Amino acid sequence: MRATAPMLLAQGVHKRFGALEVLRGIDLEVAPREVMCLLGPSGSGKSTFLRCVNHLEQVDSGRLYVDGVLVGYEERGDRLHELHEREVCRRRAEIGMVFQRFNLFPHMTALENVAAAPVLVKKEPRAVAVERAARLLDRVGLLARSDAYPSQLSGGQQQRVAIARALAMQPKLMLFDEPTSALDPELVGEVLDAMRGLAEDGMTMVVVTHEIGFAREVGDALVFMDGGRVVESGVPRDVIAHPSQERTRAFLSKVL
Amino acid sequence: MPLRHPWRWVATVVVLVLAAMLVHSLVTDATYGWGVVGQYMLSGPILRGLLLTLELTGAAMAIGIALGVTLAILRLSPNPLLSGASWLYIWFFRGTPVLVQIVFWYNISALYPHVGIGIPFGPVLVHGSANSIVSSLVAAILGLGLNEAAYYAEIVRAGILSVDTGQTEAAQSLGMPRVVIMRKVVLPQAMRVIVPPTGNETISMLKTSSLASAAAVAELFYSAQLIYARNYETIPLLVVASLWYLALTTLLTIGQHYIERYYARGSVPSVPPRTFPELLLRSLGRPGARRREVPS
Ligand SMILES: Nc1ncnc2c1ncn2[C@@H]1O[C@H](COP(=O)(O)OP(=O)(O)OP(=O)(O)O)[C@@H](O)[C@H]1O
Ligand SMILES: [Mg+2]
Repeated sequence: MRATAPMLLAQGVHKRFGALEVLRGIDLEVAPREVMCLLGPSGSGKSTFLRCVNHLEQVDSGRLYVDGVLVGYEERGDRLHELHEREVCRRRAEIGMVFQRFNLFPHMTALENVAAAPVLVKKEPRAVAVERAARLLDRVGLLARSDAYPSQLSGGQQQRVAIARALAMQPKLMLFDEPTSALDPELVGEVLDAMRGLAEDGMTMVVVTHEIGFAREVGDALVFMDGGRVVESGVPRDVIAHPSQERTRAFLSKVL
Repeated sequence: MPLRHPWRWVATVVVLVLAAMLVHSLVTDATYGWGVVGQYMLSGPILRGLLLTLELTGAAMAIGIALGVTLAILRLSPNPLLSGASWLYIWFFRGTPVLVQIVFWYNISALYPHVGIGIPFGPVLVHGSANSIVSSLVAAILGLGLNEAAYYAEIVRAGILSVDTGQTEAAQSLGMPRVVIMRKVVLPQAMRVIVPPTGNETISMLKTSSLASAAAVAELFYSAQLIYARNYETIPLLVVASLWYLALTTLLTIGQHYIERYYARGSVPSVPPRTFPELLLRSLGRPGARRREVPS
């Protein structure tokens, strides 16, 4: 038996879009303070899985627990019932998400982007939220650009602001969906550095990425997905060096 | 030596001749009666009509915008009953002429004084008690406002749909509820798409409000009509009304430019000047006529 309860627990998660079965029974576990990297070819359902975790998509069957609690549902008997919006929002707020295309709010400055949710969702006093926002921007090295609008920032800077924005809600779990895929190669490093810092501070993270180097150095676990299933998982160094499945090997040979 | 662009010269000459003829007729033709125009331009009934036109426009746009935003949000609701009701409203009010709607409300509202006080039907109401005047004004405001709401709803809906769904998802992932996302994330961005047509709608409403004359509301046009019905100076009074409408629409166009610029903040290319007064403002180089966002 494990010493600690998992931060994220997925049990037989199924998801379909019409006739297309995108997730065909995902089981996985992420311990607190662990960094799990999710790899897989395009269309294998990685993004869909992350979106199910914070209930941006509804699952068709299976269970997703974050810190022991179902995210968008309540279990009565053995049926799932969709929760009230307020409760869904409360549980979502504990899960940070970083998107491939940043999705910063373009009409707000960097500082406002980071301070907005704590004020609007947690009803924090503005001064408190702004102070924390400044601290978080400092942490990702962007304090000097606090008053810049997203359109005035580089892709790497925007993604670092997006990370600070997610952290402002003080989440228990951070989800990253290909955070560096939309970036010019020379900007990838600064974002990965910010994520590495976060991992060292003990944040629990699930990272969809094609950055094998990051998975090997920062990841505690690596999961390879294909066709809506977990094909292989283990310690990143081992899986990358000696994949046991043919599909993993074929994929790695293309990415490496 | 042959001319470089012969047709351009021909066109220029034609335009100049036409312009000269127009000016000549404007200055000399007695029917325009510039003396009469000058006499009525700032007269009491015309200025009161002008004020009423502004009030009508303001009230109708206020109803149109408030109800239009509501209808647009309902239209996009996942609840089929709500979106269906909104669709039905838009279908009905866009599908019938606004003039018919004004007359319809006028006749409904004309019932109230009859029931309450016993004032007879008919044009007598125009000169009647305060009650009947208010009710005809209300009829005009309702007719114009409810009709505007249907058009405005479509403008707002287009604006909302223009905002990237990634914005909603990012806001959701931060735990924001639907209402907050709409107010703080989606609508402020939709504004960039909504504001330019709002200016156009307001300008259009300023002119459409003249239809209130059908409900015997003494706005600018009806005031002019009342005067020329007495003194037969038809053309000069129509010129008076037109000059005021032109002056107001020009002012609104300039105001629109500044509002558009405000909602374009955060986007790199600033709003290009689109209309003549805007170009004029820019060429005059007025401070702040065009702000450039410089990355620091
Ligand atoms: N909202 C949706 N409606 C219909 N089909 C969808 C929807 N979202 C995703 N899909 C489909 O589900 C499949 C899995 O998509 P998903 O985005 O999860 O893949 P992915 O592993 O993240 O791929 P990529 O590496 O390209 O991001 C794809 O075939 C996609 O077309
Ligand atoms: Mg994806």
